[in-house]
Amino acid sequence: MTAMNAMNASNESSAERERGTRPVVLDVRDLSVSYGKVEALHHIDLKIRRGEIVTVIGPNGAGKTTLLAALMGLLPAQGEIVYLGERQGAERQVEQLVRQGMTLVPEKRELFGEMSVEDNLLLGAFDRYRGGHRDELETMDQVFEIFPRLAERREQLAGTLSGGERQMLAMGRALMAKPKLLMLDEPSLGLAPLIIKEIFRIVAELKKTGVAILLVEQNARAALQVADYGYVLETGEVSLEGPSAELASDPRVIESYLGLGGKGGAAAR
Amino acid sequence: MDLQIALLLGQDGITNGAIYALLALALVLVFAVTRVIFIPQGEFVAYGALTLASLQAGKLPGTLWLLLGLGAAVALVEIALALRTRQMRRIPSILLLNCGIPLLLGGILFAIPPATLPLAVQVVLALMLVVPLGPMVYRLAFQPIAEASVLVLLIVSIAVHVTLIGLGLLFFGAEGSRTPAFTDMSFEIGDALLQGQTVLVVVASAVLIVALYFFFERTIYGKALRATAMNRTGARLMGISATMAGKLSFTLATLIGAFSGVLISPITTIYYDSGFLIGLKGFVGAIVGGLASYPVAAAGAVLVGLLEAYSSFWASAYKEVIVFTMIIPVLLWRSLTTRHVEEEE
Repeated sequence: MTAMNAMNASNESSAERERGTRPVVLDVRDLSVSYGKVEALHHIDLKIRRGEIVTVIGPNGAGKTTLLAALMGLLPAQGEIVYLGERQGAERQVEQLVRQGMTLVPEKRELFGEMSVEDNLLLGAFDRYRGGHRDELETMDQVFEIFPRLAERREQLAGTLSGGERQMLAMGRALMAKPKLLMLDEPSLGLAPLIIKEIFRIVAELKKTGVAILLVEQNARAALQVADYGYVLETGEVSLEGPSAELASDPRVIESYLGLGGKGGAAAR
Repeated sequence: MDLQIALLLGQDGITNGAIYALLALALVLVFAVTRVIFIPQGEFVAYGALTLASLQAGKLPGTLWLLLGLGAAVALVEIALALRTRQMRRIPSILLLNCGIPLLLGGILFAIPPATLPLAVQVVLALMLVVPLGPMVYRLAFQPIAEASVLVLLIVSIAVHVTLIGLGLLFFGAEGSRTPAFTDMSFEIGDALLQGQTVLVVVASAVLIVALYFFFERTIYGKALRATAMNRTGARLMGISATMAGKLSFTLATLIGAFSGVLISPITTIYYDSGFLIGLKGFVGAIVGGLASYPVAAAGAVLVGLLEAYSSFWASAYKEVIVFTMIIPVLLWRSLTTRHVEEEE
């Protein structure tokens, strides 16, 4: 643990310098979402660059899932969203964002339970197929390389998979779209410690492909370990932000999210 | 009733049952993908039959005017939307798709007298005239309210049904039509006479069912439709838009409906409003399958056909009553054996 922290700390300054130069994938300014009566987001600013993992941590009900839903065009939002250098209009549609390389792996996974693993993956490439690309089988092989477990289960129905395999399938399906921005909502939710470790190892690995990753997690310890930058979301507002190593050593974060009471933190190691 | 009559009635039942099975499959498909109970299905059956009949009679089918009218209406709606969202470059393709193609079809009909064409070409022309009406109806009536509850969709569905019956009367007139039999071949098996028409209808239905199976199991668009039926949110996140899925399912359902109309037109005289009763029998089959299971729906529909054939022998005055009464024990059985699921709002 200490060795890992020290490593993060020594890399931090160079990572920071690099962060400044990479192209910005998603730039959110003053985003507000009014949704139902309970959850809402107020004036969120958030930035993700290419090949970067940005995490949003925070307690249950802070609005993390709402944030992702708003970014994905599932919920109407006020404010400015600049994606790939283009300011998004008020009538953002999920389908249009998928076409532009934005994907969301939702908290509930939303798999096609009565279809095989293979068909689930294939549908991940639906929009690319519709756009005239015919490389879905090669992409699927790449996904199978990342998730060998899915290759073993390719004929099995998605509904019969274990929790960890479902998460892998949901992530693999998202990767089939060759995304530029991959948004993961609580990938560790309900999974066993060993599987969580595996999932986070893969998330860290994916970063090398150049995809920007927005990782929303309650498991702050695991999230801050893989992320380059982090935001703490509390009751719909960003209460803290900074490079993840800094956040991980911030006393307020330690007390609320990494302390002995920290959920699943130790388990993820 | 001796064996010969029993076999004859059985043939009748299976012929009609095959057509009801097609309609039941279309109903299950549309409901699974869009949650619309597709009452106007029957009108497309009638349109298919009447369009083929007018082509064969050498008349210009009224469907053409309907297609031009609906196409123009869709084009207007789409262009208004394109202007509002400043997507001018979509306008040419909107015009081509909704006005250009119907005009081209009209041109073909004027240029070549359809009565002289071989039967297969006439059937294809009839389908080309009727099938585009399905996605147009979806665009105008259902797409704007795609997120509404099942009840609202049902009410709109009934409104569309009544409207299409009215339009059918306007464009086809009140007279019924019957097309000549596709074949007058018959086979003798022992004592029984097997009509070529029966064989043709059953084979054509089976071919269409197999084709649909391949579409859903083997093609990415078929899988996308199944995915939408299984998990709407998941499908949207893959870029499978509800609009595309809705239009595609309506296109398929209309194709099935019009094709059923073509198949049934030599068997019974079809009037502008005959489709409703035929569609309802497919609906009874679909209900047996709980509006969810394709094979059970198809089997239920064949059962409806057989029940209808035999009850027309014993109690012909009550044959419709008997067929539709079947729905009551089925609903009782279903409500006792299936877990009740509240509709998600």
